[in-house]
Amino acid sequence: MERRVVITGIGTYSCLGENTNDVLESLRIGRSGIIYDEQRKDFGYRSCLTGFVKEPDLKPFLSRRERLGMHEPAMFAYMSTREALEQAKLDVDFLEKTETGIIFGNDSTAGAVINTIDKVRERKDTTLIGSGDIFQNMNCTVNMNLSTIYKLKGINISLSAACASGSHAIGLGYLMIKQGLQDRVVCGGAQEINLYAMASFDGLGAFSIRQDDPTRASRPFDRDRDGLVPSGGSATVIIESLESALKRNAPILGEIVGYGFSSNGDHISNPNFDGQFRSLNMAIKHAGIDPSEIDYVNAHATSTPVGDTTEAQAIHAVLGGKVPVSSTKGMTGHECWMAGASEIAYSLLMMNNDFVAPNINFQNPDEDSKKINIIPEYKEHKIDCFLSNSFGFGGTNSSIIIKKFKK
Amino acid sequence: MERLEIIAITKRFLSEEFEVDEALIVPENNLHSTLDLDSLDYVDLVVVIEENLGFKPTSDDFKAITTFNEFYDLAEQKLALV
Repeated sequence: MERRVVITGIGTYSCLGENTNDVLESLRIGRSGIIYDEQRKDFGYRSCLTGFVKEPDLKPFLSRRERLGMHEPAMFAYMSTREALEQAKLDVDFLEKTETGIIFGNDSTAGAVINTIDKVRERKDTTLIGSGDIFQNMNCTVNMNLSTIYKLKGINISLSAACASGSHAIGLGYLMIKQGLQDRVVCGGAQEINLYAMASFDGLGAFSIRQDDPTRASRPFDRDRDGLVPSGGSATVIIESLESALKRNAPILGEIVGYGFSSNGDHISNPNFDGQFRSLNMAIKHAGIDPSEIDYVNAHATSTPVGDTTEAQAIHAVLGGKVPVSSTKGMTGHECWMAGASEIAYSLLMMNNDFVAPNINFQNPDEDSKKINIIPEYKEHKIDCFLSNSFGFGGTNSSIIIKKFKK
Repeated sequence: MERLEIIAITKRFLSEEFEVDEALIVPENNLHSTLDLDSLDYVDLVVVIEENLGFKPTSDDFKAITTFNEFYDLAEQKLALV
């Protein structure tokens, strides 16, 4: 028997704030988290713009052994997960005695790997690396660390799907619970933000070079956009069967009703209308809703010329031109592996507080963005159902539909 | 390096690395239990000893010692050979 799947906790550690209260405020006022990072200039970056999150001090919370295997992705993920579990009323004692899974999106550990290799180059002896590096270096670093710290006993896998990693993580967790294989899963996405993480991406020339005005550089759907701004942090979304949530008297923030996905099978970096169109349609079909029921679309739109154009076309083709659309990446930049999870967290905050966050820096539409209803400023708006898109390199697409919970 | 200097340096780096109160690092105490070492911790112990005292103990060395005092004996022997 298929089960209903609800969200019982969210946590965010992002350039919009280190907790959901601060993030909510940023979303309301349209505050950008983008800075100019001087050290990127000396390192050879074409663009020095980035979202900024500081490295958290975990010493008050975790033992030395627990911290040793953590670099940025795991550190950020610990912070967002700590907040999400608290909201969901879940603690280690309960988690240890029950079966809770973890599916976390992450697609790089560049900073940790380079630090390790630098040690070996200097010392010429692998036995002088130390015991923690391997657990920082592996792509499943978030899963290894969090499943150990929180004594998780269920499914335990990391998900790498480029900039759709966080979204697919939630989608797969949703399917597992729906099918009765898990009662609850800690889902999310993490993104490192250090100097090494984005150098090769910067080398593609895909980043905005509007460096004299960092907070206006990321401008999804705007006619004068010139590229994305990299960003990072972590977001956690606790998903759970309705029965489990009700039994625990947990808060219910929303219900996942549809998950669509597709692969372009085309160019390695260029987006593709057909792939996005199929992902959106699959989510709607899976949700069993009419497209007109969707009250808000949180777009993937990263502020690249071709990506935003393709998504505007796909949204228009599937949902028409009336539904309110915004890309929070105008404020956050592109949170990459984390984005699919963070944007669901941001959209849940909007849905539960009756507003649409602004697509900041949208000043002039282009031929395609003028056909959809982009919201450039804060708008009070009742949302009963939203759709969140995430698309990634390699042509991986994910669309998730979430409704306000009704018994 | 004199024994007193070895002791002073060792107390400092072990308390920092393993987050143990320096007052517990006394000659007669058990090194393994005081530092609460698991199998991975010995990897880090080798790293900090090499960084701070300049020699690399082996796994057999760790098996042969119990107390901090025995570790200081080991350090004196190893450093005399360097």
